[in-house]
Amino acid sequence: VWDKSENGDWHCTASWKTHSGSVWRVTWAHPEFGQVLASCSFDRTAAVWEEIVGESNDKLRGQSHWVKRTTLVDSRTSVTDVKFAPKHMGLMLATCSADGVVRIYEAPDVMNLSQWSLQHEISCKLSCSCISWNPSSSRAHPPMIAVGSDDNSPNILAKVQIYEYNENTRKYAKAEALMTVTDPVHDIAFAPNLGRSFHILAVATKDVRIFTLKPLRKELTSSGGLTKFEIHIVAQFDNHNSQVWRVSWNITGTVLASSGDDGCVRLWKANYMDNWKCTGILKGNGSPVNGSSQQGIFNASLGSANTSLQNSLNGSSASRYFFPPLDSPRAGSRWSSHAQLLPPPPLIEHSCDADTASLQYPHPRRRCVSRPLNLLPENEGV
Amino acid sequence: RLVQVSKNYRSVIRACMEDMHQAAISARDPALHSQYSTQVSILSAIELIWNLCEILFIEAAAAGPLLLRLLDWVRLHVCDVDNMVREVLSSENPSKHKLFWNVVDVFVLQGRMDEARHLLSKEASADPASMNMYKILDDLMKKMPVPSLSNTQTLTEMELKWQHWHEECQRYLQDGTFASNSHMESICKILLGDEDAILQKKELMTTWYHFLVTRLLYSHPTVKPMELRFYAQACMDLFLGGESSPEPLDTILMAAFEFEMHQVIKECSIALSNWWFVAHLTDLLDHCKLLQSHNLYFGSNMREFLLLEYASGLFSHHSLWQLGVDYFDHCPEYGRVYLELHIERIPLNTEQKALKVLRICEQRQMHEQVRSICKIMAMKALRNNRLGSALSWSIRAKDAAFATLISDRFLKDYCERGCFSDLDLIDNLGPAMLLSDRLTFLGKYREFPRLYGEKRFSEAAKLLLMLMTAHIAPCSFWMTLLTDALPLLEQKEVVFSAEQTYELMRCLEDLTAGKSEKQKFQDDDAEAMKVEMLRLALARNLARVIVKEGTLEGS
Repeated sequence: VWDKSENGDWHCTASWKTHSGSVWRVTWAHPEFGQVLASCSFDRTAAVWEEIVGESNDKLRGQSHWVKRTTLVDSRTSVTDVKFAPKHMGLMLATCSADGVVRIYEAPDVMNLSQWSLQHEISCKLSCSCISWNPSSSRAHPPMIAVGSDDNSPNILAKVQIYEYNENTRKYAKAEALMTVTDPVHDIAFAPNLGRSFHILAVATKDVRIFTLKPLRKELTSSGGLTKFEIHIVAQFDNHNSQVWRVSWNITGTVLASSGDDGCVRLWKANYMDNWKCTGILKGNGSPVNGSSQQGIFNASLGSANTSLQNSLNGSSASRYFFPPLDSPRAGSRWSSHAQLLPPPPLIEHSCDADTASLQYPHPRRRCVSRPLNLLPENEGV
Repeated sequence: RLVQVSKNYRSVIRACMEDMHQAAISARDPALHSQYSTQVSILSAIELIWNLCEILFIEAAAAGPLLLRLLDWVRLHVCDVDNMVREVLSSENPSKHKLFWNVVDVFVLQGRMDEARHLLSKEASADPASMNMYKILDDLMKKMPVPSLSNTQTLTEMELKWQHWHEECQRYLQDGTFASNSHMESICKILLGDEDAILQKKELMTTWYHFLVTRLLYSHPTVKPMELRFYAQACMDLFLGGESSPEPLDTILMAAFEFEMHQVIKECSIALSNWWFVAHLTDLLDHCKLLQSHNLYFGSNMREFLLLEYASGLFSHHSLWQLGVDYFDHCPEYGRVYLELHIERIPLNTEQKALKVLRICEQRQMHEQVRSICKIMAMKALRNNRLGSALSWSIRAKDAAFATLISDRFLKDYCERGCFSDLDLIDNLGPAMLLSDRLTFLGKYREFPRLYGEKRFSEAAKLLLMLMTAHIAPCSFWMTLLTDALPLLEQKEVVFSAEQTYELMRCLEDLTAGKSEKQKFQDDDAEAMKVEMLRLALARNLARVIVKEGTLEGS
């Protein structure tokens, strides 16, 4: 665990070995519950940890102590993901395992982290690799969880499934499956909902994909209504040119970050016409890739020989090289789910396929796959 | 008015430029110096753009003829030549300076007739042979009609005058009046708006937009804003002459000349790495109702989009986030939800900051955020064992459940240590005490040790009883309360009345009856003994009090 100090440096304040297999994922609970972490591992367990405030000496030495509050041992195979539910659902978490079972646990007493009860077991029929809760706290739709699979079996089943909580049956039931995703999925993430009527889901698979899911009228079945969704893919990017492993949203759900086997982190943003584009590329050490600006036509040199500073001050310089290369957003310190990105190069664009008939922001009926956008003259020399 | 606002923006930009310039000059480190210089150049560019936008979009017709304003603009911003001008003017004998004619040309190109004439007069006095030529040229320059600020002449009048003047210049040129002096001849050609003649002075103009304005000055002085587009592209092409391609700055200015506001904003967004410029310019244009002319949703939503982006960026700063709040307030559609999301994420490293954030949330009725932030602070305090702080946060969050929890901790502490921590806080709870039953109990129970200490036994007794009978005390605590009653029962003076004693006995019986057989079995000896002691003490007290109450006073 790393903590950020007063002057902005990150220090490792705790490090401990506990699982008997690789630790796949780690996730924070909402600070309302205290300083709580969950981890999941190849050793078939998931664990919940709480930070204990120790002696004041420790604080000075910059050490923190973490105590295991509970171990969840229900899984019979490697637990591949663990995620806490949105805070309005209480203290709840979901795990998914390689044998295709998603388990949802709840701690009824939020002050007692050692008591968790298994509330739901969902069998997904495919080996699961990742899950994501829909963070929306709107009462307009029930709790929702997306499950991704990296199953390699030859049956081409949809590798992303959406499960929804049914108030009547008090169970989670499968509401939707994204049929177009047939490659193994490594990560999946719902975007924060800004009061939109539809959901946005990012999928990390052989490329980066962004889907919108618009709830339609509930189907009236005897068990009382599962939502049907209208699904559109609003973006698909293969810029990583390799497997995409992780996707993560910023606070407002306006920027998506993806990481891939090419060793780069890419940032994606939509302009107000809802066209998604890449706004930055970062190498593994956080440095921007050269020429990763929006348009690589800028000349790097500032000013020709006869530009004096004074001229610049008083008016346009004789030189015509005005705008130096754009600063790509600096990664600076490590990503935390609480970090907000510096404003990236912007994206106002008059898209020629703009639907002039219904220029309404946002565009719930955005359709069609956009071609993979390879606009950038990237220097991929890593 | 909006023009004033625009001017304010520009003066701010210029002020920044000055500061940067100072910083750049004083910077020792060459990297820093170049960084600052870059900033200065960017600021200068945006001021240039903003100024043009102000002239074309915001000021509109009200401020006088377009050309005059454009001339001002050029004079203000194209000043690579200023050094040269200064040099010549300050020299002892300007007319003999080798750059003399360059300077005159500059004045003419920028429409600074008086200054040009002034310089020429110096030359005239030095060279009497060409006196005639000078007089004619001077005369021409003096008579040149310019669109005036005051509307004393109509457009037609002006055009007519200009036509006459133009023909006069033409005549003189064709007559060969200036044939002997190439400089003066070229000036005359410039006055006639001869493209090639003007183009020859490329280095003095330095930019294509200067060329544009000069050309307009001498060929279409009454140009209207909407007509600019016809000339702009042509001028740029001529000036650049195919040797260099347009720079981003050029594209932006071109878009402005063509009155493509959206294009301007788009190009600026691409060229600049910071949202400040586009966000504020778009906002201003929106206030001028200029963006709506395109398409309703387009305009106002672009403004909001840009402002949201800009403000979001501010939130990552440790103190500028407060500005971000104001920006979000001015975004009608998504401002509030953006603010809700961002404000929860501000790192609350000090209590002051937390209070500041809370005030902002409370002002905007963001109840959920208030609750959440208070809860987070309360948890933090609780983890660090600062019970008083945790309690006050949970009271602020109106979180009854948490308040109950913390009250329990207080009580537990009391039982273990025999005293209360954070007494001040508990004493000053006031109406907040009613938030949770446990809290009310805590607030009232805290009185007991005090009363006992002050030997106000009957009041202490009353308090204990009240706490139990009014069911303010949790059942789990009854034993403690009854045990507290023991010393009072053992007092020399009878404290509890008969009725009170009966009440106490009932409480004890309720308590023991409530326990199941199994529990009674598990009760250790100490527990059982306590109960026995209580029963005994109560019985004894009852006996004493019956006698006391039965005894008539004074007999």
